[in-house]
Amino acid sequence: MTTTEAPRRHQAQATDAQKWTGRVREYDLVKEFVIALAVVAVLTAALAAIFSSPDEKQVTLSTWSRSAPNDFVLTAAAELDGSSGTASYGAPYTHTPDAAQKIGPVSLQHIAGVTHPINTASDFVLGPLTGVPADPALSAALRTWRAATPEQQQQWATAYDDALTKALDNDPTKVEPGNYGPVPVMLDRLLTTAQSGGLDGALLSQKQFFATDYTKPLLFIADGSYLEDQARAQHLGGDQWGMMNETGSYPGQAWLWLYTFWYQVSPFSTSGNADALVWGLMAVLSLALVLVPFIPGIRSIPRWVPVHRLIWRDYYRQGGAG
Amino acid sequence: MVISHLIAAPVNLDHPGHYVHWGVIQLSLANLIVIAVMVVIFIAALLLPFPKDRNRR
Amino acid sequence: MTAPTMPHTWTGRVRARALRDLPPDQLLPEHQPVYVASWIYVFGVLTLAAFLVVLGTGGVLALKGPQWWHRSSTGHYFNSLHLWSVELFMAFMVIHLWGKFFMAAWRGKRAMTWITGAVCFLGSIGTAFTGYLIQSNLDSQWISTQAKDGLNAAGIGSFFNVTDFGQMLMWHIALLPFVVGVLIAVHILQVRRRGVVPPMEIDLRDRVPEQMTP
Repeated sequence: MTTTEAPRRHQAQATDAQKWTGRVREYDLVKEFVIALAVVAVLTAALAAIFSSPDEKQVTLSTWSRSAPNDFVLTAAAELDGSSGTASYGAPYTHTPDAAQKIGPVSLQHIAGVTHPINTASDFVLGPLTGVPADPALSAALRTWRAATPEQQQQWATAYDDALTKALDNDPTKVEPGNYGPVPVMLDRLLTTAQSGGLDGALLSQKQFFATDYTKPLLFIADGSYLEDQARAQHLGGDQWGMMNETGSYPGQAWLWLYTFWYQVSPFSTSGNADALVWGLMAVLSLALVLVPFIPGIRSIPRWVPVHRLIWRDYYRQGGAG
Repeated sequence: MVISHLIAAPVNLDHPGHYVHWGVIQLSLANLIVIAVMVVIFIAALLLPFPKDRNRR
Repeated sequence: MTAPTMPHTWTGRVRARALRDLPPDQLLPEHQPVYVASWIYVFGVLTLAAFLVVLGTGGVLALKGPQWWHRSSTGHYFNSLHLWSVELFMAFMVIHLWGKFFMAAWRGKRAMTWITGAVCFLGSIGTAFTGYLIQSNLDSQWISTQAKDGLNAAGIGSFFNVTDFGQMLMWHIALLPFVVGVLIAVHILQVRRRGVVPPMEIDLRDRVPEQMTP
């Protein structure tokens, strides 16, 4: 920057801040606002009438267990033996070591702590089963389970989970014979409870009557493949730029383009810390957007890319005097 | 509200969308149209003449 | 003749300060500088108008509760109105942002105008996000179970629990509209206070001295 440019920049700043004392034109702000309101109202009414809005039906534990029973039972087995996504998530749900995401050496996830504890075996399987009425086979299975040591319980649950994973179509009826204890009966009863609609209510009402927190049933459903299958069919998957998309052919959230972009490229696309890294990067970029007036280079782009010459072409044509 | 009963979404968007693929970019056709329309409107706003001051003193 | 004394009541001082910073004919002027003569200037008011339609349609949806639109075609139409007014709101706001960026509209002590506008933009994205979460359909279920990973990774997922429908509903219809509304009001008052940013001088030597005289 030359010495003659520095004073000119200051002069420009001083002039830009001064109250305008040049020529003015009539400009009816209230009329402009009323017209804008009318235009937007009419546009909205027309768009809504022509295109409507999407409403894809929700997945319940009942619909999931009826549409994809094998996936449901496989997921329930993973909840019981502690290998599901939720069971091994780390904070805020579980104390699983080394599960939390990091930005460099810092794990904000870990620091926040386990503030919404979930024990998937008892919350998603054993608790709801205890509420099932008058079923002698289930009662016997639960007695056997409770009488066993934790190590025995883990051995039964893991063995059955592994066997289900290997079975054709993960079908419980095609599982290899093995030592699974009461687990097959328990999970079969969980399936029938879910199919009858009893599980949706059980997961919500474990604490109170007026329940508005759907964390437990949502985490259970999301641990399975069924919800993801429905979502990916609608192009909502993370690697499908799904964050920007809406179900069907509706326009989605185009303004999330930069947030979802990072997930598509390395190193984020292959990193286990992708969520933490992308969130951190977007926090920095958002701050940069807010602070554009103070960032050298960025704040000069409007001078280099002279869109303003189009906007103020009449003003400049009249010699800048107005 | 009579309108909602008379006009049941004449343009039905409740079917699988079309997607445009360009390298790593995957854009839904609907989003692409929205963005394209926004750019067109922006350029039009820059180019279209604005009404002159009728009460020029 | 004695100089007018500063009021001693809080009310008087607030009024004096308000009148000093934003006298009525500056708050609602009938004229603008001659350079305010481009269609790019209407996108601020279009954004504001869309915001009001968003609020209004949201208010109607609130009348009958969050499940109304699933079982009523009138409710579904108001949901559609709310969705499309949001699409228009975001589109107009972004075009407004493009215009203001290329005008370098933060010049002349207008940094706060830019800052409040950018925060409005980010706040609107957050508000829209909570809206998608409370649709109570497949989209909500997927968005919440996906978004929780980003928020948990940032350490705030338990405080801002996207799978807690009740919490997200209250953020969406009470907390965030209030905050965004206040920010929009401050943003608009900033524009009125400082005036519309003058054109960039291509070369200061072009500036005619007479321009600075009334």
